[in-house]
Amino acid sequence: MRAILEGSHTVAEAVKLCRAQVVSAYPITPQTHIVEALAQKAANGEIQGEFVRVESEFSAASVCLGAAACGARAYSATTSQGLLLMAEVLFNIAGMRLPMVFTIANRSVSAPLNIWNDHQDSMTVRDSGWIQLWAEDCQELMDMHIQAYRIAEDHRVYLPVLVNMDGFILTHTYEPVEIPTQEEVDAFLPPFDPLFKLDPKDPVTLGAYVGPEKYHEVRYCLNESVEEAKPVIVEVAESFRKTFGRFQGDLLEGYQLEGAETIFIAMGSLVGTLKDTVDRMRKAGHPVGLLKLRCLRPFPGAEIHDAVKNAKNVIVLEKAISLGGGHIVATELRSAFYGRMPAPRIAGAVIGMGGRDITAESIEKVYQRVVEGGEEFFWADLKEEVLQEA
Amino acid sequence: MIQIRLHGRGGQGTVTAAELLASAAFDDGREAQAFPAFGVERRGAPVQAFCRISDASIRTRSQIYEPDIVIVQDTTLLGVVDVTGGLKSGGTLLMNTERDPKELGLNGDFRVVTVPATKIAMEILGRPITNTAIMGAFAAATGAISLEAIERNIKGRFRGDLGEKNVACAQRAYELVKGKEKK
Repeated sequence: MRAILEGSHTVAEAVKLCRAQVVSAYPITPQTHIVEALAQKAANGEIQGEFVRVESEFSAASVCLGAAACGARAYSATTSQGLLLMAEVLFNIAGMRLPMVFTIANRSVSAPLNIWNDHQDSMTVRDSGWIQLWAEDCQELMDMHIQAYRIAEDHRVYLPVLVNMDGFILTHTYEPVEIPTQEEVDAFLPPFDPLFKLDPKDPVTLGAYVGPEKYHEVRYCLNESVEEAKPVIVEVAESFRKTFGRFQGDLLEGYQLEGAETIFIAMGSLVGTLKDTVDRMRKAGHPVGLLKLRCLRPFPGAEIHDAVKNAKNVIVLEKAISLGGGHIVATELRSAFYGRMPAPRIAGAVIGMGGRDITAESIEKVYQRVVEGGEEFFWADLKEEVLQEA
Repeated sequence: MIQIRLHGRGGQGTVTAAELLASAAFDDGREAQAFPAFGVERRGAPVQAFCRISDASIRTRSQIYEPDIVIVQDTTLLGVVDVTGGLKSGGTLLMNTERDPKELGLNGDFRVVTVPATKIAMEILGRPITNTAIMGAFAAATGAISLEAIERNIKGRFRGDLGEKNVACAQRAYELVKGKEKK
C-alpha cells in the first residue's frame, strides 16, 4: 500500500513490521515522534512486544542489551546527546556481539545547544563496532530497517546496526511511502535465531573479563567481523530488490557516474538534493556525478575507489568534523585511496552544520571552489559577518 | 512543480496545514512533500512550513526560497517576517485576514487573496486554529488541489464531530475567499 506519512511514522511502521519484541527509548528532539508512535502502537496492541519506558538513553540501550542477550529482537531510537549518553553501552553491545537495530535521528551536539541536523552524533561512535547505514529518503528508511535486522541477525554478521536518518529533514517530512505487508516482511525477515542467549537452565556469562592474553585477539576478530559484513549487506540489498522490486544501493549507489569528471560523495538526505543538482549542473555543461555512501561502517574504501577512479575530482560533502583532526570521510577516503591507481584528487567541504540549509547554489559554489579555485579542504557557506562577531 | 511556503505562529497549525496540503495532493494522485522549519518550538513564535507538489517524484530537500504560493496565517507577521521574499512573478499570496486584498498595501507582481480564517475558525471551532479554513481557501484560490481531496483528508486526520467541523471551516473559507480572480 502506498501512503503519505511523516518520516518518523514511517520508521515506527517499519519497526512494527519487523516485529521488534522489546522497544526501549527515551524521547529527544527530533526523534520524539518515532517513540510516540511506537508507544501508541504498543498501547493499541499493534506491537506484540514490550515497550519499556526508561529514565535515560543509557537505560534504553541497556534494556536493549539485556533483551538481545535473552534472545529478543530489540529496538531503540535516539539522537545527539542521547546517543552520546548511550556511547558506553553501544561499545558493550557490539563487543558482546548482540544484534539489534537503533535509529539515529541525526542532530548536532552541544554546546552550543542546537536541535537541528548534522552528522556529528553518529560520526562520534563510528569506531564502536556498529554497522552504520545512512538513508536518503523515507522509502529507503522503510526498506533499510527491514534490511538492517536481516543483516544484523545474519549468523555471518551478528552485529548491531545503526540506521541514520537526518533529523527534521527526514523525521518531520511527510512524503509518500510504499508500505509492504506483514506477510511480505515476514517472508523476508525470519524470526531472530540467536546463536547464544542468557537462559537460567543453561547459564552462560556474556561480556566477561578478558585479560591481555586474549583481549587483543577478541578485538581483532570483532574488526574482522565488521569488515566481513560487506558482502552480506550487498547480498541483502540484492535479495530485497528481488523480493520487493526496490533498490536504493547496497554499500554505495552511483548516480550519473558515466562520463563524470567530478563526483560528489555524500550520505543521508543531502543525496536527494544532490541528484537534482547534478541534473541541473549536467544541463549547464558540467560533467558531474554522485556517489551515495549508504554504508559508512564497514567503510567501503576499495568499492568507492572502483566507482570513482576514472574521475578527475572527488568532492566529499560532510556534515561533521573531527575537531583538530579534519574532515572525517574525506580523510578516510584519502587513506583508502593511497597507493591505488588511478588516483583522483580528493577534496572535501564541511557543509550544513547545525541545520544550515543546503541548496543547489551551496553545492555549485563548492564545485567552483574545488574545480575552478583549486581548493581542497574547507567549510562551505561560512558567513563572514558572523565570523567577525566571534 | 508547485512550491508553497507557509508562515504562521507556533500553535496555529501551520505545520499541520502543510502536511494536509501534501496529503490532499497525494490523494489527488500527485507526488508531494511537506516539512517544517521551526524557529524555536513554542507557542507564538514565528514558524515556517514548506510544501512541494509535483507530477514527478520529489528529491530536493532544501527550503523553499522562490515559492509559487505563500500562505500567511497571521497578519501580525507582516512587519516581522519578509513573507513575500522570493515570491515568484505571477505568484499568489494567500492571507488570513478579514480585510480586503486592496487594503493590505502589499504591492508586487503577485496577486493577493484573503480569507477570514480566524473568524471562520472562531465561529465553527470556537478556537483560533486556522489551518483547515486556509486549506479550503487554498483550493478556491489556486485550484491546485480539489476541495473534495481536502475534505477527505481533514476527515482522515480529525475524527467524528471535530472532522465535520473542520470540513465546514474549509467549505466556508472556500466560499469567502476574496481576490481569487486574476488581477
